[in-house]
Amino acid sequence: MTRHLLTSALIAGVAAGFLAALLQFTFTVPLLLEGELYETGARIHFSANGSPSSDAGHPPVWGEIGRHFGTLGMNLVSYTGFAFIMVAGFALAERSGHRLSPRIGLIWGLAGFVAINLAPSFGLPPELPGSIAAELTARQAWWISCVGATIIALALFAFGRGPVAITIGVVLIALPHLIGAPRLDTYFGVAAPELAAHFATRSLGVAAASWVLLGLIAATLYTKRD
Amino acid sequence: MIKTFANIRTDSDILGIALAGFIGVGLIFAAGFSHAQVMHDVSHDSRHAIAFPCH
Repeated sequence: MTRHLLTSALIAGVAAGFLAALLQFTFTVPLLLEGELYETGARIHFSANGSPSSDAGHPPVWGEIGRHFGTLGMNLVSYTGFAFIMVAGFALAERSGHRLSPRIGLIWGLAGFVAINLAPSFGLPPELPGSIAAELTARQAWWISCVGATIIALALFAFGRGPVAITIGVVLIALPHLIGAPRLDTYFGVAAPELAAHFATRSLGVAAASWVLLGLIAATLYTKRD
Repeated sequence: MIKTFANIRTDSDILGIALAGFIGVGLIFAAGFSHAQVMHDVSHDSRHAIAFPCH
């Protein structure tokens, strides 16, 4: 049982991590590199000469191969971590009498995307490099609280019984956002707003696709045991 | 006797689930939360894309 659990998580995590890295190299890394032009001052938006515009376009993506190996490796680690948590959830759900199938795994994947990416991004949007934000430890604490509350809420929606479970779930999902993520009372953004917005939406899209693959593969492997 | 075997199996299942959860949290902490400079540098672009709080 334990070996099967760990193997399913490892294979699914590595596959999803590869997909995430591939999608990031194609869609988000170019925008990150473009954002770094503003971070370093190589490109300036709303410059001192009064021009409100700046050139669009990113530097070559494959200039720093070592950096991209780091991105690939850390996506493998991140999504493998997500996969281990997910299969632990599979096993707990199965013990409570809930059947799992690859199609239900897709829903687990979407739920993971909602809990790990969508919900915290509602308070702390994905940021370009060079963005100035509130103190890191406070944001990490809020992120962990928001993800934890959202996971419990989604579990209550999926497995809870009756209006009380649903009500507690709604409160738990809303609470981190009603309390509010740590924010500054000043804006410091140096990059073009269009670029920052595009980075945020693409980050969420890349994560959604990677999570769906993670849920599908993890559930397919997990249910092959019998 | 059968009941005893079932209990042993159940306990090892719980251990396996706890182990998977523990490994998962550890990997996520390393990839997304470690303040060590080398971890930040290596995971910079993936942290931004996954929207782990960074910097």
